[in-house]
Amino acid sequence: MTTFSFEVLVTLKDGLSDPQGKAVEAALLALGWSNVAHVRVGKHIRLEVDAENVAAARAQVEEMATRLLSNPVIEDARVMEGASS
Amino acid sequence: MSGSAPRIGVVTFPGSLDDRDALRAVAQMGGEAVALWHADPDLRGVDGVILPGGFSYGDYLRCGAIARFAPVMDSVVAFADAGGPVVGICNGFQVLCEAGLLPGALIRNRSLRFICRNIWLRVETSQTCVTEGLTPGETIQIPIKHGEGQWVATPEQLDAVEGRGRVVFRYASPAGIVDDDHNPNGATNNIAGIRNAAGNVVGLMPHPEHAVDPDVGPEGGQPLFASLLHTAIAGVSV
Repeated sequence: MTTFSFEVLVTLKDGLSDPQGKAVEAALLALGWSNVAHVRVGKHIRLEVDAENVAAARAQVEEMATRLLSNPVIEDARVMEGASS
Repeated sequence: MSGSAPRIGVVTFPGSLDDRDALRAVAQMGGEAVALWHADPDLRGVDGVILPGGFSYGDYLRCGAIARFAPVMDSVVAFADAGGPVVGICNGFQVLCEAGLLPGALIRNRSLRFICRNIWLRVETSQTCVTEGLTPGETIQIPIKHGEGQWVATPEQLDAVEGRGRVVFRYASPAGIVDDDHNPNGATNNIAGIRNAAGNVVGLMPHPEHAVDPDVGPEGGQPLFASLLHTAIAGVSV
């Protein structure tokens, strides 16, 4: 067994309005950064999985990302491999 | 009805807030209120189930995302599949969407503000476990109190909900006018509550359990509980 690290990036789907992103954008503009646009706020989840190989680990993380970590109705999840330890 | 009052269960999750009010509302309307526990799959032979409002599991990850995997939820899903009436209120609505019993999802209010006030709802169908005693077009007043009540769905889900008459309530004016001025949270098409195909599962953001006692506010929740108590015994006719 090897321990593999992953990062999962969860973001609201592009078509959906993101009130949090809009509020952050308004605050950035208010601070004087007038060249900022299209701010979106998401979630970053870091985790480690013990598995036989990286393919098995990734398959499991993909499944977890769809079943619990994100809601496919409103969110996209991107699974990224980190350094194994 | 003594001795044969319908038994309505109310599930308490860690972080539920409105379970007590829901139990109290059931009893006030003549039902037998049964407390159910998230970690116990036993529904104790109830005739109907309410998933109450609150902040189950602290709303961590997404509202309702963790509660839907609670041990009691397998039993609730089986109960719903068998035609039993299940009502999700506020956080309970979010749980039903996460569990896939109802389509769509609830995201943050467009104003970003938590909203707590009385609003008006227009009843869209009487073919559900909570509206069988109401007439489509009728308006009722009950409170909302939520930060994440903006119902959204995929285009396919929205078509199915609108096309098959599965909208149960829309935010409206007291006279029943549905427009953006009477949309408190930005919900798609002012949708405040929806049902499943059979009408035995309903989710709504507003709180009927806070609107049954004339001493503390509007009474718009009474007909919803009356319908639930009736359909819990008689079933829903669609």
